[in-house]
Amino acid sequence: MSFSIYLPERRRARRLALAAAVLLCLAPGQAQAHLVTTGLGPVYDGIGHFWTSIEDIFPAVALAVLAGLRGPKPGRTTLWALPLAWLLGGVAGLLGPDLPEWPRPVLSGIVAVTFLIPGGLVAADLALPAGVVAGLAAVIGVVHGFLDAQGMLQEGLTVTDGVLQFFGIAVMLFVLVALLAALVISLRYQTARTIFRVAGSWIAASGVLLMGWSLIGVG
Amino acid sequence: MKASPTPSYSRLARLLWALAWLLLMTHAADAHIIKGEGGGFRSGFLHPWSGWDHIIAMVGVGIWGAQIGAPAIWLLPVIFPIVMSFGGLLGLLNVPLPFGEHSAEYGIAMSGLLLGVMVLGDVHPNRLAQWFFHRDSPEVAARKGKKLGYTLAAVMVGFFGLCHGYAHGRELPPGESGLYYSIGFVIATGTLHACGITLGLVHRWPMGQLALRLCGMAILCGGIYFLQDDIREFSQPAPAAAKTAAAPVAPHVLLHLPS
Repeated sequence: MSFSIYLPERRRARRLALAAAVLLCLAPGQAQAHLVTTGLGPVYDGIGHFWTSIEDIFPAVALAVLAGLRGPKPGRTTLWALPLAWLLGGVAGLLGPDLPEWPRPVLSGIVAVTFLIPGGLVAADLALPAGVVAGLAAVIGVVHGFLDAQGMLQEGLTVTDGVLQFFGIAVMLFVLVALLAALVISLRYQTARTIFRVAGSWIAASGVLLMGWSLIGVG
Repeated sequence: MKASPTPSYSRLARLLWALAWLLLMTHAADAHIIKGEGGGFRSGFLHPWSGWDHIIAMVGVGIWGAQIGAPAIWLLPVIFPIVMSFGGLLGLLNVPLPFGEHSAEYGIAMSGLLLGVMVLGDVHPNRLAQWFFHRDSPEVAARKGKKLGYTLAAVMVGFFGLCHGYAHGRELPPGESGLYYSIGFVIATGTLHACGITLGLVHRWPMGQLALRLCGMAILCGGIYFLQDDIREFSQPAPAAAKTAAAPVAPHVLLHLPS
């Protein structure tokens, strides 16, 4: 009797998997520069920009995991600190003076530091107070927002569109931190928490190696 | 009526899988911070799989960690990538190693050899470290040995990671992004550890323990091979340019005629 129930569910799952595979094959396209144009307006372009910039995703993931490992209070403060700081840094970069384009190794070095510090703290699982975690999230958010804004200005984006893009990025960061920090907070088994610590060590290790490349002038 | 044997996946799990696939399948993104090509990820990811010396050491670390059990099963793979990347940093900056220019290659070969010994002997570092405190009472020796044992294992694995990173971390193909190369390299190394840990999970069964010891034997043999290969390669003097140049051969020699 169980077989008769098993088959339709399996067929449905297969259909779902097939549809997902077709969609996935059709979905990816060439991502052009950082100004991702989704055709849905600057807010969604900002969301698209975030998900196509691995140098933005990794520090945000590391900060979300760090906040989650430290508990609900750091999670709640980081939930607001990171998106708001990113938004503020971005707006400051858009409205501030038009700086010359920074050399690629310098940018790589800054990105490496933002990989290294939160990733290393996740790997070490240090008992940090909520204020320190939120402060770190704020600093990294401002730095990345500012760098993003500089890139947008160099690509010729208007300030209004840039602010809207940052709004999209901030919303995406809020969702990411909320989901990931909540997931990590809910973990009860030490093994599951350690898997996230291993992920943090990978992010930190990538940062160390990237720092080496930037120090010898390769981005 | 029995319940359906079909596994019930949560919506969140499906969403996460779809998201992971989308991230993996996305084409190169020329983001504004790093304007390099995403091809670096592929090079970095494939690099650790290209040499058996690297593979046996990574898998060996995973197996040994699984043999020791918690917390080493996770402690060693957490330490290794960070120290390995630090080794890569030293290599990139051309910081000389203390025991000569080939010490990294010797260290890589020694990593296979020593990890092979550890896995073959199913050596627990705590028991090894307790020997240092054999004059103390058994309780004190056990307590001190536990602390020293994990430290010894971490230092040993960290040293091997340093050598591997020094030798392998600097081979970025021209025109590719250092960021993506670094991420790919670290993920591949971690994946090799995960392979070792997965293999090591059979340690709970007696036959599994025997199989792991055989794996240790294979790793040991690999380490010995790479060590003798390094000794043979680096002990030979570099051939002089004049000696290597082929001397013109006289026609009577070619034709086997008397001079």
